[in-house]
Amino acid sequence: MARRNHPQAPAGQCGPALADPATRLHVVTGKGGTGKSTVSAALALALAADGRRTLLVEVEGRQSIAQLFELEPLPYQELPIARLDCGGTVLALAIDAEAALLEYLDLFYRLGVAGRALRKVGAIDFATTIAPGVRDVLLTGKVKEAVTRAVDGRWVYDAVVLDAPPTGRIGRFLNVTAETARLAKIGPIKSQSEGVAALLRSPRTAVHLVTRLEEMPVQEGTDAMAELKRLGLPAGAIIVNNAWPPVLTEARISNAEIRRGLAAAGLPSDRKTVTGLAREGREHQTRLAVESRLRAELRTADRPVVELPSLPHSGTRTGLEVLATCLRAALHRPEAS
Amino acid sequence: MSADHSASRPPLRLETDAILGDPQTKIIVCCGSGGVGKTTTAAALALRAAELHGRRTVVLTIDPARRLAQSLGLTELDNTPRQVKEIEPAPGTDRAALPPGELHAMMLDMKRTFDEVVLAHTDPRKAAEIFANPFYQAMSATFSGTQEYMAMEKLGQLRSADEWDLIVVDTPPSRSALDFLDAPVRLARFLDGKMLRLLLAPTRAGGHRVFSLVSASFGIFSKAVTRVLGAQLLTDLSGFVGALDSLFGGFRERAERTYRVLQARETVFLVVAAPEPDAIREAVYFAGRLAQDDMPLGGLLLNRVATVTADEISAVDARKAAESLTALDDFTLTGELLGLHASLVEQRDRQLAMTERFLAACPGVPVARIAAQPTDIHDLEGLRAIGAALVPHTGSR
Ligand SMILES: Nc1ncnc2c1ncn2[C@@H]1O[C@H](COP(=O)(O)OP(=O)(O)OP(=O)(O)O)[C@@H](O)[C@H]1O
Ligand SMILES: Nc1ncnc2c1ncn2[C@@H]1O[C@H](COP(=O)(O)OP(=O)(O)OP(=O)(O)O)[C@@H](O)[C@H]1O
Ligand SMILES: [Mg+2]
Ligand SMILES: [Mg+2]
Repeated sequence: MARRNHPQAPAGQCGPALADPATRLHVVTGKGGTGKSTVSAALALALAADGRRTLLVEVEGRQSIAQLFELEPLPYQELPIARLDCGGTVLALAIDAEAALLEYLDLFYRLGVAGRALRKVGAIDFATTIAPGVRDVLLTGKVKEAVTRAVDGRWVYDAVVLDAPPTGRIGRFLNVTAETARLAKIGPIKSQSEGVAALLRSPRTAVHLVTRLEEMPVQEGTDAMAELKRLGLPAGAIIVNNAWPPVLTEARISNAEIRRGLAAAGLPSDRKTVTGLAREGREHQTRLAVESRLRAELRTADRPVVELPSLPHSGTRTGLEVLATCLRAALHRPEAS
Repeated sequence: MSADHSASRPPLRLETDAILGDPQTKIIVCCGSGGVGKTTTAAALALRAAELHGRRTVVLTIDPARRLAQSLGLTELDNTPRQVKEIEPAPGTDRAALPPGELHAMMLDMKRTFDEVVLAHTDPRKAAEIFANPFYQAMSATFSGTQEYMAMEKLGQLRSADEWDLIVVDTPPSRSALDFLDAPVRLARFLDGKMLRLLLAPTRAGGHRVFSLVSASFGIFSKAVTRVLGAQLLTDLSGFVGALDSLFGGFRERAERTYRVLQARETVFLVVAAPEPDAIREAVYFAGRLAQDDMPLGGLLLNRVATVTADEISAVDARKAAESLTALDDFTLTGELLGLHASLVEQRDRQLAMTERFLAACPGVPVARIAAQPTDIHDLEGLRAIGAALVPHTGSR
C-alpha cells in the first residue's frame, strides 16, 4: 500500500534504525497470529541484502518457514531457501526439540540405536516436555551455536533471525538460566544455559516485538516488553504489522459531498448507497482512532517503530519481498533529526 | 444425491438462539484456534442466554482480556463464579412470561484447580509434599496441556454441581483447537506414571528382546539425565513419582468422565474461526475430529467478518472511480471512501471464499457469522452487540 499520503508522519519513516548494525541475533516475538513468522522471514531477506548470509530459525515445530516459502517440510538441517539478486542468501533451520536433545546427548554418549529406541517409545518427547526449561535451553543452545559459529575467523552467518514463541511464553523461553537453575543445579545443561544467557543479554542480541494495532496484541506486547526489560534482555524494535490504510483520518463525512462525488464518477448515488458508504467511512474512522491511540501508546515505549503495510495477498513470495523492502529501509534509515 | 454439488447448495443456517433457548442444551463449548474470539463469543452467548432466554447461566472464561474480565466483575483469579449484576432483559421481552435469567462468570485458575484435584485424592501431608516438589510446581504452572486438563476438570465440577441451566465454556488459547481434546488425555497418561516409573526403574521392565533394548537405552537415558542435568533432578523426579503414587489412575478416570459428558446430547460444540486460511484449516480439522469422537458439533461461528453496507458498488467500479476522482482533486472524500469500499469488498469476497472452503470440506455443518466490530469488545454493551451481530450465514451476499 502506498505510504506517501500518510497524513500523520508515519512512525515507519523516521526515528532510529530498526537495529544496531552490530546485532547478530534478531529474536522476533509478538502475540499469536500477529505475523511473527511472516516478519521473521521478511527480516531474514532484508538482512541478506548486499551479499550477506542469514539464517532463519523456527523452534515451534510448525513448519512455518516451509509454508511461507512454499517448500516441502524442512528437515532438521540448515538449507538454503532463498538467493537474492544482489547475491545474498537466506538459509533456514527448523529446530526439532527431540532431535536437538538426541544430538546433544550424542555429544556426551554414543546413543546410536538406543537413541532411536528411546525416541520411538516417546521418552525423548517426554523428557523435553516434562522439563520445558530443558527443552528451551536445547533450542536456544542450538541458536547460539549458529550465531557464534565461525570458520577461519569469520562468522558463518552475518545474522540469525529467530521466529520465537509468542509473547505469553517469551520471557520463560529466553530466561534460560532461571528455568534450568530450578531443575538442573549442576551439569553441562547448567553451563550451556549460562553461555546462552550471556549471548542473549549481550548487545549482539535484539528482541523485536511484532504487533497489530489492536488492543490485545498491543497490551500483551507492552507487558512482554516490560517483562523482558525486568529480565535484562535487550529490547529491539516494535514492528507494527498490518495497519489499515491511513485514509480519511480527519475528514468530515458529508452525505451531500458523497452524492456529488458518486454522480461525478457515474456511479449509483441513491440514498442507500450514500449512507452505506458514509457508514463504512465512519466505522473506519472509529478504527483509525483506536489505531492512533495505540500507536501513541507504543511510542511511549521509546523503541524504534517500523510499520509494515497490510498486504492484499499475503502468504506469497512477492508479499514477503514487499515487507523485506520496508524492513531494509528501516534497517538503514538515518537517525531522526 | 452424491452427484449434486454440495458446495453450491445453500449452507445450513446456524440458529444460535434456538440452541441457547433449548432447555436440553446444558453445555456449550466454544473452541477454535488462537485469537479467533473464543472468549468473546463464549461471554456474548452466555449473556444472551441469560438476558434473552431467561436461563441461569455460568460462563467459564480462560485468560480473558483484562478489561473484559473487569466488565464481568472478575477482578481476581479465584475460581468462583460471580454473579454479573448488570444484566437486563432484552427490550420487548415479556417479563411475566419469561423471568429474567442470571449470568455468573468465572476465570479459570489452573494452578488452584490442579491443587484441588491433588487434595481430593490424597491426604494433606502427602499433598503438601507434592506441592513442594519443583516438578509439580513447574508442571502445574507451565506444562503444556495443564490448562486444557484443568478446564475440562472445572467443567466436570460445574456440571456435577447440577445448579446451572447452561454452562458456557471458553477454551484455552492453544494454537490448535484439537489440544482441548488431546491435551487432557496426554497429561493424564503422563500422570499415570507408567512412563516415569519405566524411566526411573529400567530393570523392572520385562526381558523381551525389544524391551531389553528399550530398557537398556532407558538405563543409558537415566545415566545421561544424571550426567547432563545433575543428580538432583532425578531425586526430585523420583520424589514426584513417589508422592503422586496415590493419585495414579485418578487423573485418567476424571478426564474420561468429562470426556463422556462432552459426547452427550446435552453438549453443543461451536467452532469459532476467523475467515482466514489458518483458522479455517483448523476448524476443518476440528469438525472432523468431533465427528470421529462422536461429539456433537453445533456449527461454525465465523467471527470478525467484514461488512459491506454500500452493496451496489463493485470493487472494480469503486477502485476505478476512486482513481479518477482522486485525480480530479475535487472529490477527495468520495475518492477515499470508494478506495476503502473497494478494499472492504475484496476482503469480504476473500472471506466468502474461505467460508466456501470450509463448507466444501464439511458439507452440512451449519454456519453463522459475526460482523467485525469497529472496536474491541470490553463491556456488556459490546457483548450484546456481538450477540446481536450473530446472524445465520445463508451464503448470499
Ligand atoms: N502484512 C500482512 N498483511 C496481510 N496479511 C498478513 C501480514 N502479515 C501476516 N499476515 C497473515 O497473517 C496470518 C498470521 O501470520 P503469521 O503466521 O506470520 O503469524 P504468527 O505470529 O507467526 O502466527 P502464530 O502465532 O500462529 O505463529 C497469516 O495468514 C499471514 O499470511
Ligand atoms: N467480532 C469482533 N469484532 C471486533 N473485535 C473482536 C470480535 N471478536 C473478538 N474481538 C476482539 O479480538 C480479540 C481476541 O478475542 P478473544 O480474546 O475473544 O479471542 P480468543 O479466541 O479467546 O483468544 P485466545 O486464543 O488468545 O484465548 C479481543 O480483543 C476481542 O475484543
Ligand atoms: Mg508463527
Ligand atoms: Mg481466550
